[in-house]
Amino acid sequence: MLEAIRRSPRLQRLLLIGPAVAIVVVFMLLPLGLMAYVSFLERGQYGGVIWDQYTVEAYVGFFFERDFLDNLVVNTDYVSIYLRSFLLSLLTTVIALAVGFPVALYIALQPPSRRKLLVFLVTIPFWTNLLVRNYAWILLLRTNGLIDQWAQGLGLTDQSISILYTPAAIAIGLTYSYLPFMVLPIYASLEKLDFRLVEAAYDLYATRLQALRRVVVPLSLPGIAAGCTLVFIPCLGAYVTPELLGGSKELMIGNLIQLQFGASRNWPLGSALAFTLLAFVLLAMLVYLLRFRKLPE
Amino acid sequence: MVTRTLRMGLTAAAVAAVVAFGGGSAAEARELFLYNWSNYIPPELLKRFEQETGIKVTLDVYDSNETMLAKLQAGATGYDIVVPTDYIIPRMVEGGLIQKLDSSTMENFKNVKEVFRNPSWDPNREYSVPYMWGTTGFSYDKERVKGDVAESWKEFFEPREELKGQIVALNDMNDVISSAAFYLGYERCFEDPKKAQTVLDLLTKQKPYLAMYQSDGTIERMIAGEVIMHQQWNGAAHRTKMERPSVVYVYPKEGLPFWADNFAIPKGAKNVEEAKEFLNWMMDPKNAAEASNFTGYMNAIAGSDAFLEEKLAKDPAVNMPDEYSDRLRAAEDCAKPAQDLRDRIWTKLKS
Repeated sequence: MLEAIRRSPRLQRLLLIGPAVAIVVVFMLLPLGLMAYVSFLERGQYGGVIWDQYTVEAYVGFFFERDFLDNLVVNTDYVSIYLRSFLLSLLTTVIALAVGFPVALYIALQPPSRRKLLVFLVTIPFWTNLLVRNYAWILLLRTNGLIDQWAQGLGLTDQSISILYTPAAIAIGLTYSYLPFMVLPIYASLEKLDFRLVEAAYDLYATRLQALRRVVVPLSLPGIAAGCTLVFIPCLGAYVTPELLGGSKELMIGNLIQLQFGASRNWPLGSALAFTLLAFVLLAMLVYLLRFRKLPE
Repeated sequence: MVTRTLRMGLTAAAVAAVVAFGGGSAAEARELFLYNWSNYIPPELLKRFEQETGIKVTLDVYDSNETMLAKLQAGATGYDIVVPTDYIIPRMVEGGLIQKLDSSTMENFKNVKEVFRNPSWDPNREYSVPYMWGTTGFSYDKERVKGDVAESWKEFFEPREELKGQIVALNDMNDVISSAAFYLGYERCFEDPKKAQTVLDLLTKQKPYLAMYQSDGTIERMIAGEVIMHQQWNGAAHRTKMERPSVVYVYPKEGLPFWADNFAIPKGAKNVEEAKEFLNWMMDPKNAAEASNFTGYMNAIAGSDAFLEEKLAKDPAVNMPDEYSDRLRAAEDCAKPAQDLRDRIWTKLKS
């Protein structure tokens, strides 16, 4: 047996990539396939699905509906929920970039020994469960919470400020949760940057801003793009943060999908909603690939 | 320290072993296997049952109806009593998971309050015996509201101008929409789209007055005075009042949702006689009251008030005055069309 493997390079290759393929199939393609299948099934009375009745109702329902007065009209509900999630994710990504890029640059400019410590510090929040960290934000943001007390103590405001249960609270929570995903990839590409290029720019009379804009940013673009993707996409499907920090006056995609599997007992619609989200994300990635492939190396 | 704890543990184990073996020698000991929600029956009560009847009780616990249902559906036998919530009982009857026990023929059934004798989810109590129950109304801080607050959903759904931004609704589709339907005089599971439109209009008009929809932290929010009015469960309202006595819990006159947990006997139970003995025993006012004192929720047994702890007995949020009993609206498991309408109202409300 061993001898046979040793002799056949093809068998070797197969054995080596086998585990990776198995993981992709078992943990990604199978669940996704199951979800796609469920989205075309008839829903059961008490949740669940009827396994042998097929329908495209869930997808039609995404775009059209019979209104309460029985006219078939375009359904804007889901689209507006998706749009809201997109905008909030975009906002979060922009803030995370604005905060994360300087942090990454700062770390990259430190001596190597200190860099390690700083990168280590960035990852520390991951040691605590996301749920617990979001509960911590409740304590910080609530009326008479820590932030409120400080603001009043410093005389910034004489009324209690209430940030909790607003979209702003969601944006803060999401930015906090996903900031490391922005910092780390940007740092990774800045670390490899040859800072002699920056010196060369100075020699050519570039100002600091010009050097940053024309040399540092373009060279760290792959890291920026990766960071933005890593922040934007999980934000789209975020569930815990909007549920805990938002006032739930408006639904987000994650909560909408959860509702379908929970109280609404409509698994096919939930699956279809998740799949539509997946399609949008794939589309966005495709656009991104086409756009950035053309950049010079 | 460690060794001492260990030694004590060993001693305890040895004692337990002796007791267990001692008990085992008695021929054909009567047994009862109870499958209940966690933390939902006082251990002392079970001990007293064992002493009074000689039936040995073994308790196993679950955390949701769905867990219990899934376990029974998967063919679990060995349980003699389960504790399903109202809405899930028709499903269990339909699925042949629980057996007829005709609780109205039991000796202590006479103690059951009228409103629990013939619930929609189990007509004539053929399959179940009532345990704890609770309601979803709303509470408000009377010190921060001018004048009288009517016992009506109007105060909540069409609030006075001064309460703008000071009201919280539960983030629960079923509780919110059911209450709105009651306020408008509709049945809980309405299937008429025009009614759905009216409900949606009502909720849309209410939305600007709400600070948020949140089911989490209702007690702390009211105690801290963050808001003045809150849709709330009665047990939570009771705990709020312990800290902030100016809070009042309202049973709206248009009707309010209530849930009720019940004892039932699964099909295939081995100790049916013992189970029935236990159910009858639990309908005794003193025993029911003891369970309430432990859970903080009200039982369905008339005459149990005398045995309740004072803080429970004196709180109308828990110990509901009798004149409100016709305001309770039992849970129903809405059929698909009604369920769909609810979902669409909720999505539109929040889109």
